[in-house]
Amino acid sequence: MLDLLSGFVVELRRAGLPVSLTEHLDAAEAVRHIPLEDREGLKYALAATLVKSSSHWRAFETAFEVFFAVRTPGSGAGGGDPDSELDGEGEGEQDGAAGTGDGGSRGQGRSWQGGGGGEGMTPEELAEMLFKSLLSADAALMNVVARNAVDRYAGMEPGRPVGGTYYLYRTLRNLDLEAVLAKLLGQAQAGAAGGQGLTDLEERLAADEYRARIEKFRRAVETEIRRRLVEDRGAEALARSVRKPLPEDIDVMHATRDELAVLHRVLQPLSRKMAVRLARKRRHGRKGPLDFRATMRRSLSTGGVPIEPRFRHPRPAKPEIFVIADISGSVASFARFTLHLVYAISSQFSKVRSFVFVDGIDEVTRFFEGVVDPAEAVARINTEADVIWVDGHSDYGHALTEFHRRWGDEVTSRSSVLLLGDARNNYHASGAWVLEDLQRRARRVYWLNPEPRDYWGSGDSIIAEYAAHCDDVVECRTLRQLEKFVGDLE
Amino acid sequence: MTPDHPSADHGSTGPGSSGLGSSGLGSSGLGSAGLGLPDAGPARFASLDEVRGGLAQVGYLADEAISGVVYLADRLSKPVLVEGPAGTGKTQLAKSVADLTGARLIRLQCYEGLDESKALYEWNYRKQLLRIQAGEHGEGEREGPSWKELEEDIFSEDFLLARPLLEAIRSTDPVVLLVDEVDRVELETEALLLEILSEYQVSIPELGTVKATRLPMVFLTSNNTRELSEALKRRCLYLHVDYPDLDRERDIVRSRVPGITEELADQVARIVRSLRTLELRKAPSVSETLDWARTLVILGVETIDAAGARDTLHVLLKYQSDIERAAKELLTAAG
Repeated sequence: MLDLLSGFVVELRRAGLPVSLTEHLDAAEAVRHIPLEDREGLKYALAATLVKSSSHWRAFETAFEVFFAVRTPGSGAGGGDPDSELDGEGEGEQDGAAGTGDGGSRGQGRSWQGGGGGEGMTPEELAEMLFKSLLSADAALMNVVARNAVDRYAGMEPGRPVGGTYYLYRTLRNLDLEAVLAKLLGQAQAGAAGGQGLTDLEERLAADEYRARIEKFRRAVETEIRRRLVEDRGAEALARSVRKPLPEDIDVMHATRDELAVLHRVLQPLSRKMAVRLARKRRHGRKGPLDFRATMRRSLSTGGVPIEPRFRHPRPAKPEIFVIADISGSVASFARFTLHLVYAISSQFSKVRSFVFVDGIDEVTRFFEGVVDPAEAVARINTEADVIWVDGHSDYGHALTEFHRRWGDEVTSRSSVLLLGDARNNYHASGAWVLEDLQRRARRVYWLNPEPRDYWGSGDSIIAEYAAHCDDVVECRTLRQLEKFVGDLE
Repeated sequence: MTPDHPSADHGSTGPGSSGLGSSGLGSSGLGSAGLGLPDAGPARFASLDEVRGGLAQVGYLADEAISGVVYLADRLSKPVLVEGPAGTGKTQLAKSVADLTGARLIRLQCYEGLDESKALYEWNYRKQLLRIQAGEHGEGEREGPSWKELEEDIFSEDFLLARPLLEAIRSTDPVVLLVDEVDRVELETEALLLEILSEYQVSIPELGTVKATRLPMVFLTSNNTRELSEALKRRCLYLHVDYPDLDRERDIVRSRVPGITEELADQVARIVRSLRTLELRKAPSVSETLDWARTLVILGVETIDAAGARDTLHVLLKYQSDIERAAKELLTAAG
């Protein structure tokens, strides 16, 4: 058990969770108090000691599912009857890995036909059973359907080096969940009390309910696939392939749709935390001048003798900031995140003005005025900003020249200029003289480049020319890097 | 490997380790896992099921995670850091555990600017000054006390004002300590909690170390407005309380709102669940759900339709933009 726990902790650290030695010891201590058969209890005991932040939960859960996978009894015997299979799959059952004590046992070509009665199911029967299980929200039935679906559709072969998501995709595509949802809703409409159909509200509630059930089913399929993969390849190998990065470490430019959704959810609390942190840093940096009144009041408790002086809070000047963002192609999502973050902490700056460009440039400050949630404004930018001049391919030279012509005078010595882009100029003129001029005028000029450092200067990237006139060029691919940069700003 | 239940500590407390002499070092009895903590006292809960059943009896419906962590906290004698969105029952958990174990609840409400004198202890300056002045004159013919006697006297326990944290440590009856909204204190101020959380003792320079005779159960709640320091987090067990799922929310509504029908509770839970899927500025929390349910019961509503929901939406949602969005997306168009 201790070995298994150590392997688990190592995996968590690889996924990016900061698990310290003390926490590891606490986990070992905690596990002693949980009865062996209680898998859920084990999960929560480990979570309480090893996971100290809610954004790490997803990575923890994935690793837990891999390391402490449920083993079905008798699956090696070539399929017991469906009833014993059902028992094996029930929650809170067999902590199989711990029980056998060798969590990473390589599959000895275990038979895939685990669900004894499933071999003979036709697609129609399977679809029918799926429909019934979703209609009645029967968890045990869902598990049986999941197992049979994976048997039939996933096409898993022992030893095949394919990741779990491929099997999941194949299974779900064959089951056609969208059609099932439509059918469920149709049935609900038809069967409504009084035969008049559902009101809009009821329809919406029913849709949400079925979606939740389908999500449960999807997770059951995922668990089943993972279980088989663990049996085949062992825990460590699988953990490496299904390891999900923490939200802070997702590479924004290459994020999948799901990862982008996760990022959006994390962005709002993150920006709030940053605003709080920056505000505190600002206030407690230095001490200001002596505050005479406060000192005298304090001295009352010591008989009128001022023993402890009180100082005024210093009020350092807030910088102005100009954000100039490239929103072409792949850099677009990165630019959106940065704009969102900058506006979320805009109370730290006395003025924020933002501009976006592709080959033409446009000021988008007006979208952010008066808006509480930056995400709405960011969405508007896509549709309403006027950034195409000739052909919609990046032209940094023209964009910078335009900026200089229209707004260059407004950059003062109190401003900081922030440029976002990958500096891929499509071999147009560079316009680096604009940056030279800006650097002379402004307090600071920074460039944030979302490409990995190794790619800088390759192809049509002319970052080196621009870098000569910037105070700093920062590689900024993940939220973590962005956070660090904004925290160090000024 | 066989689970090894720690032997129940019989007898109430260890030797009087809250001695306040100038040496002030109580004996460190064999505490939990031999960590040098004073006696933990008998384990409060015998099993996980007892925790869950007990909490349900005092009116708090806990799920697996919550009851598991409370059980572990008791066994390991570690504090619990409860994090989650506002209104999900974090403070209520501490109160329910206090009810369940028959302990006294000591509450420290944290805010920015909280310091040692309001959280830990403070010397009663005025009383000390008076004592010194009274001592100068002596009693009748006798001379006043010598300085040495006086010094020992004014720095004794009579002149110590105990604030919540010290009170929790010193108490001889069972205590649940609730440190509410610990994310509001400054990062530097968190440091004064660290000694208490890991070793259940307070060091007072003039008196010595005050150790706990009976380990309190400690709960810290946080709304996640800032990142807590690593030192604090690693001394605690972490519990994330999120919005409940459909079944649990329905059960909570039924148990907390007297006079509500099962059908209405079900509808309330479903609507709130759908609302939470929308991107609102502030999603409705459990306390707001309960308020809404009570409102509906008072208004005598039996089933909710779109119009009725729209009229009472302001009980659930507290931002005008949220109300407008919910009305538009949920209550007019189909999903």
